[in-house]
Amino acid sequence: MPFLFDESSSPSFRSRNQNCLLLHLFCCSRPMKILVAVKRVVDYAVKIRVKPDKTGVETQNVKMSMNPFCEIALEEALRIKEAGFAKEVIAVSIGPSQCVDTLRTGLAMGADRGIHVETNSIFLPLTIAKILKSLADVENPGLIFLGKQAIDDDCNQTGQMVAALLGWPQATFASKVVLDKDKNVATVDREVDGGLETLNVDLPAVITTDLRLNQPRYASLPNIMKAKSKPIKKMTVQDLKVDIKSDIEILEVTEPPKRKSGVMVSSVDELIDKLKNEAHVV
Amino acid sequence: MHRFLVKLSSSSSPFSNQLRSLKNQRLILPLLPSSKPFTSSSVSPPPSPLNASNRFGYPYSADLFRNLSPLNPNSRILGVNGITSSRCISSEAVRESIEYDVLIVGAGPAGLSAAIRLKQLSQEKNIDLSVCVVEKGAEVGGHIISGNVFEPLALDELLPHWRQEHAPIEIPASSDKFWFLTKDRAFSLPSPFDNKGNYVISLSQLVRWLGGKAEELGTEIYPGFSASEVLFDASDKVVGIATKDMGISKDGSKKENFQPGVDIKGRVTLFAEGCRGSLSERIIKKYKLREEVNAQHQTYALGIKEVWEIDESKHNPGEVIHTLGWPLDPKTYGGSFLYHMNDRQVALGLVVALNYHNPFLNPYEEFQKLKHHPAIKGILEGGTVLQYGARTLNEGGFQSIPYPVFPGGAIIGCSAGFLNVPKIKGTHTAMKSGMLAAEAAFGALHEGLNMNTYWDNLRDSWVWKELYAARNYRPAFEYGLLPGLAISAMEHYVLKGKVPFTLKHGKADHEATDLARKWTPIVYPKPDGVLSFDVPTSLYRSNTNHDHDQPSHLRLRDPKIPEKVNFPEYAAPESRYCPARVYEYIEDEEGKPKLQINAQNCLHCKACDIKDPKQNIEWTVPEGGGGPAYSLM
Repeated sequence: MPFLFDESSSPSFRSRNQNCLLLHLFCCSRPMKILVAVKRVVDYAVKIRVKPDKTGVETQNVKMSMNPFCEIALEEALRIKEAGFAKEVIAVSIGPSQCVDTLRTGLAMGADRGIHVETNSIFLPLTIAKILKSLADVENPGLIFLGKQAIDDDCNQTGQMVAALLGWPQATFASKVVLDKDKNVATVDREVDGGLETLNVDLPAVITTDLRLNQPRYASLPNIMKAKSKPIKKMTVQDLKVDIKSDIEILEVTEPPKRKSGVMVSSVDELIDKLKNEAHVV
Repeated sequence: MHRFLVKLSSSSSPFSNQLRSLKNQRLILPLLPSSKPFTSSSVSPPPSPLNASNRFGYPYSADLFRNLSPLNPNSRILGVNGITSSRCISSEAVRESIEYDVLIVGAGPAGLSAAIRLKQLSQEKNIDLSVCVVEKGAEVGGHIISGNVFEPLALDELLPHWRQEHAPIEIPASSDKFWFLTKDRAFSLPSPFDNKGNYVISLSQLVRWLGGKAEELGTEIYPGFSASEVLFDASDKVVGIATKDMGISKDGSKKENFQPGVDIKGRVTLFAEGCRGSLSERIIKKYKLREEVNAQHQTYALGIKEVWEIDESKHNPGEVIHTLGWPLDPKTYGGSFLYHMNDRQVALGLVVALNYHNPFLNPYEEFQKLKHHPAIKGILEGGTVLQYGARTLNEGGFQSIPYPVFPGGAIIGCSAGFLNVPKIKGTHTAMKSGMLAAEAAFGALHEGLNMNTYWDNLRDSWVWKELYAARNYRPAFEYGLLPGLAISAMEHYVLKGKVPFTLKHGKADHEATDLARKWTPIVYPKPDGVLSFDVPTSLYRSNTNHDHDQPSHLRLRDPKIPEKVNFPEYAAPESRYCPARVYEYIEDEEGKPKLQINAQNCLHCKACDIKDPKQNIEWTVPEGGGGPAYSLM
């Protein structure tokens, strides 16, 4: 917890009461920021199609929106701020110039300022994680919120990679987040395959959000108007000194093969025969 | 904003599959002993109609009034007003109120042209004017669908340099073909259209461009906000609109993300909601705007459209084809269009007049049939559908134009109804009406003039001349297809509207539907999945969606009528004309048919508001941001 102990480690501050007092002082004088990464993706209700040249999904003339999980992440950050645990929520988006629209939506929901890292390249999760790490080094947030995954690539990697790069604890698939400001710990319920797992993570930490965490608020019209005057800082990858060379290259994007219609079989033997000789799965 | 647990068409009844297969055979289910009353509809009773005329101003109380410093020189945000609400929904009713000089409802060609013209005048005369456009679609252009062969007449007046400003108007119309279709053949006829100088465009793309232009000039455009109520002052003058509360669950309770709507006020309010605009209709009724000029009722057609990406070899940019005849019968007015756009795309659609008599007619299925016609099939084969959509359009023309000015504002575009039916073009007249209303509004705000100058200038403009000359084409078809064609030919080549009489429209569309017992059900072929498709597949291509956990925006004035009247007497026409399968009859626990409204599927076409025989269905706006997401239409 860099912002708490770098100045309080001298022996004269070791008594518990004085530590608590200092914690409060530090909390007040170094208020917690929350960094929320939001991604601009094809709207979830849009029927997607693959570009004829198979380099990706068609995004021209297609409705784009904030990734639904990112909305949930932003909502949680805003609720933490409204509960008094944080002073500032910063929304970050990495992508082309239209990402500003996504950031404006985030600002209209209640984020205080935005950062737009402008690029026309498609970055894979590791590059995004490196960018977010450099931003975290600059902004020193107490929490980084991300959606658990983006609905365009379904990678589910960025949050985890950011935590690893920063050496911070991570709590992914969060369905409930409770902050203990005094102990500087977040108690997170995670949705895992077997059910719910509860973790305590020391702050600063990375939390990725799952569906049932909250229901994001609508941006009201007055808030949309106020958001126009909130600052969005533009940055480039060069400003952040991030190495964007990717080890992964997307070769081709194709539609999944059309499902063949089912076949009724007349007996178990016929089923086994088909599974063995046609589907080759036994 | 949790929209993941979405089903495009939900029917949870166990008998729905049986019923659906029966429905596909188009039989009238003999389920109803006439003596027994029906169980009440599955549709939750609508909240009490938000009667705009109950809102007579806002009682201020000192403790509720808060001063907010002006954040933006263009919008003067007043403090929070306390309003006693007549609604059953928001009881604490603390709604913010925002004021503008001009408020425009609807970011379509008319609304945006009005906004642009206002800002141009404001710049010319150096008078600041705050203009706000609210739009129920999630994006400007998202609810815009039209043929479209665009006549740039109004745009040349509005933005003369559009050619140099990257307007998405690139493909000039290169040929005008006119076919009369029979089941297997297509007969080429002399084309009644002359599209030289016009362009084949996507109106959705053009409107997006217009939106950009309006914003450049300083217009504030807010997509994602649906205007659900008109606001009146104590003297019954329109002072603005109220946006719909968001975050109300199906049972009427507030969800955790409840967001009250906002009152947006304008010194002048322009309604540009498009054909059969929900608030415009209320305004026309309230101020008796049709009676004021002895206008007839409006008549409508339903247009169903797809954009296809076809084989390069079959693509001929600029080619314009219109057809008459098959699959529609001689008593049903309508026809199809096929326009070649750019990027190997073609726009294909069928327009069916809504005054058809046969209650078993299913315009969507007729459109699917059309695609199998050899002449059309040849063009589509090997292609894929990119988008699907549907919208009603005005066919009343000159005879149905209401007096478009009311205390506090005016109605522009298709909400009033300026579509030129024989040309099948309404975009240029809608834009011009917006421009004229903008000039009148500017005069009313700054030069002490009256909004009535809008009406005067409209009648002096080419819009009036054009619509007057075109007035007798459509009503002629009341006499049938061949007489209609004959009269149209006479009008086109000889008379050109210069006759002393004006033909009248027949019955209103909803009254024209005949009783089901006089007709036999139509058996439509099954979709083949290549050229023709079922409704859910098509609906998916419209990108339509609404938050499912909200009260249905389709209100039944009397919830018993569907089962009492629509189903037994008219064989449930709403389950046939709705291009989104919003209305479905399913069997309830007692085996009786019950209307299920899948409001989530709605395409905002307004066909149900128009065609319901007892005018029982009222289309109101859902939460803002819902509805289709057209981008190529």
